[in-house]
Amino acid sequence: MLRLEKRPNPSRFWLYATPVVAVVLTMFFGGLLFALMGTNPFAVIRTIFWDPLFGEFAFYLRGQLLVKAGPLILIAIGLSLGFRAGIWNIGAEGQYIMGAICGAAVGLAVYPTENRLIFPLMILAGAFGGWAWAMIPAILKTRFNTNEILVSLMLVYVAQTILAKASTGFLKNPEGMGFPGSRNFSGYPAAANPELIAGSGLHWGGVAALIVAVAAWVLLSRHIIGFQIRLSGQAPRAARFHGVNPSRLVVLCMGLSGALAGLAGLFEVTGPAGQISIDFNVGYGFTAIIVAFLGRLNPIGIVLAGVLMALTYVGGEMASTNLRLPAAAIQVFQGMLLFFLLGVDVLTNYRIRMAKGG
Amino acid sequence: MTDERTVLLAVEGITKTYPGVVANSDVTFSIRRGEVHALLGENGAGKSTMVKMMYGLVKPDSGRMTWNGAAYTPGSPGEARSTGVAMVFQHFSLFEALNVAENVALGMENPPPMKELSARIRAVSEEYGLPLDPSRMVGDLSAGERQRVEIIRCLLQDPKLLIMDEPTSVLTPQEVEILFKTLRQLSSEGTAILYISHKLEEIRSLCDAATILRRGKVVGTADPRASTARELAEMMVGATLTPPARRPGEKGKVMLGVSDLSVASPIPFGTSLKNVAFTVAAGEVLGIAGVAGNGQDELLLALSGELRASPDRVRIDDAPVGDLGPIDRRRAGMVSAPEDRLGHAAAPDMSLIENAFLTAQARKGLTNKGFIDWPATRAYAEAVIKDFDVRTPGAHVAARALSGGNLQKFVVGRELMQAPKVIVINQPTWGVDAAAAASIRQAILDRAAEGAAVVVISQDLDELLEIADRFAVLNEGRLTQPRPVEGLTIDEIGLMMGGAHGMEVAHHAEA
Repeated sequence: MLRLEKRPNPSRFWLYATPVVAVVLTMFFGGLLFALMGTNPFAVIRTIFWDPLFGEFAFYLRGQLLVKAGPLILIAIGLSLGFRAGIWNIGAEGQYIMGAICGAAVGLAVYPTENRLIFPLMILAGAFGGWAWAMIPAILKTRFNTNEILVSLMLVYVAQTILAKASTGFLKNPEGMGFPGSRNFSGYPAAANPELIAGSGLHWGGVAALIVAVAAWVLLSRHIIGFQIRLSGQAPRAARFHGVNPSRLVVLCMGLSGALAGLAGLFEVTGPAGQISIDFNVGYGFTAIIVAFLGRLNPIGIVLAGVLMALTYVGGEMASTNLRLPAAAIQVFQGMLLFFLLGVDVLTNYRIRMAKGG
Repeated sequence: MTDERTVLLAVEGITKTYPGVVANSDVTFSIRRGEVHALLGENGAGKSTMVKMMYGLVKPDSGRMTWNGAAYTPGSPGEARSTGVAMVFQHFSLFEALNVAENVALGMENPPPMKELSARIRAVSEEYGLPLDPSRMVGDLSAGERQRVEIIRCLLQDPKLLIMDEPTSVLTPQEVEILFKTLRQLSSEGTAILYISHKLEEIRSLCDAATILRRGKVVGTADPRASTARELAEMMVGATLTPPARRPGEKGKVMLGVSDLSVASPIPFGTSLKNVAFTVAAGEVLGIAGVAGNGQDELLLALSGELRASPDRVRIDDAPVGDLGPIDRRRAGMVSAPEDRLGHAAAPDMSLIENAFLTAQARKGLTNKGFIDWPATRAYAEAVIKDFDVRTPGAHVAARALSGGNLQKFVVGRELMQAPKVIVINQPTWGVDAAAAASIRQAILDRAAEGAAVVVISQDLDELLEIADRFAVLNEGRLTQPRPVEGLTIDEIGLMMGGAHGMEVAHHAEA
């Protein structure tokens, strides 16, 4: 009989080995799934993990990797700070949308003025939009002890409705011949977020993601606020004994994650998406939750996890078009990754022992 | 000396090992009918493992037990109970939302109808002088009354051997007296009692024989009535003990002043503080006693800054701090150590270095513009480990990897080494072995001699009488007027503590 036994100290080896083991297990069982569906599993795995990096169309797909990884990392880092403290912001998707709308609105309001301050101003507005949207669940939690998971999640649907209203109403392109959607920022240089190195897929969002990852790492490992975040998540009573003010921490963590999600939305709408539209690249806010956990809530881990997740997205799209796999199969594959990660994660704190029967 | 015919339970060569620990090694002793037998030893000496084997909760690796001469191998507590072994645990297993009779019924194999059971509970409680109303909710009972529920639950099974694990830790002196009367009565009726404790005076007044364990081995037997407490303690510890030396220091100005402090308890089923007032001068130790759950935890929270009040309710060195949080109160000169080490005083999964930062950050200047000076923090953690003899492979180890006693030494040391003006400690030596407890008490007295004002909250009366200058009792959230320890008798202390539990009437039925 197998028995789990708590380790006296968390295992350093398994802390780093679990993501690798989880990826290998996902490849194996995912391959099994694809084989049962009648597709060559090796071809699928190669299409997902190899082709985007080194295949025939890698010159294009590699760029797509950074385009997708940037916002995922930016949002996941913000979320991870809250998750570390036991504050569960599930509504990053809504904060992402509100950041995009606020930032875009500032740019569109001054169209077509050309001024170098416009884009920085839009960045601030984007961060503000996400921050303000996250403040709603934060203040409701600190004042009335509401559940931030439910409130932030429900506000996503409110934000989606506002997005629909924006693209068909108050931000609609007056020269758009009636089609929904705002003006395209690619035609407005002062407010655009172009690719910085041609073909790399790197735009200001990717740069921001890297800066934020380093800043978050320093915060968590070197700064007292990072210590308080970690302490509150691990031992809430010890945190109060240390002197953490739980309400202030909720406001700080929700605010930070909201602002970063808002930034991601702003960079997305001015760059890869180009315009506010009813269904402008949505979904990053939810996927970032997976990225945050896949990266073990560690800034460096999140950067790697963001790139890995982007890979399964880009590769998954390739697999479904080239090998005619249903999109659901690819989603199952991505879900497996999280499943195995959380499953193998047990080994960090527990070891498996053979127990004698009885 | 042992008469074969009267031996009830004999333990022969019992050994039990856990991964990395030998809990019991070749333990041999026997309990005779009607005998009150003490099992004596420090924390971790193997007492609990031994009785768990007797009660069928743990299986020995080797050795054997005999009951009335026949082999005794209980596979479960149910089997042990049907043989005639009953046990009262240190931690009660009662449902607060059920009444006494329902709780008793839950612990029985074949409970009789409620009405009959209630009548039997009443009969047994009167017979043994343990007043208890079968229809009362357990949630409304005091700790002493809850223990009576457990005892009566055992007595209803008509046991031949009653095992009691540290039964007096939650009782007032008067309640202890009542319990002892009951136990003596049981013993005179032929029930053997195995009494587990490290309180030596109790054992000397109650027990007929004692077996002393140290590090899992029997290191001796003694006649407790013929030995002094000191002799027993030295057998238990395996070393000679020196009681802490008091340096009569100058009593200085008032360093901690608490006036009319009333705070609602944040803990479910907790006790709110009501108009608590006292002062402690530099160089003075105030001991606060009281049965667990009478507001001790709340008092610590209100002093540490986790619970706040209006500014002038708490003053440190004349400065009002009642509305300040823990970090500001530490800056003002106060350090505190809560009772619950793992989870409250220390974060279980964090290293000792991080746990040193937890409270030492403000007074030891471990941050610079918010950035943590990890090398200085590590140095401080290592200094605490060295000065307080914390047994650990290093400062990088997670707090939960330390034994309770070692973590306690770390937590107390972490506070005492911050050169505080005011020290507040709840249960400073809880779960610490005798030698370490003595050194912790000495360290507290040393700080007082250096001019700190000290508040020690403890359930160990002997400890308070040993180190305190003045003495007060918390009772349902109210603090009695502090009185000088000198000249105070145990009876007076008992009356300060008792009152509310209605213990005065307890043995009238017998009288």
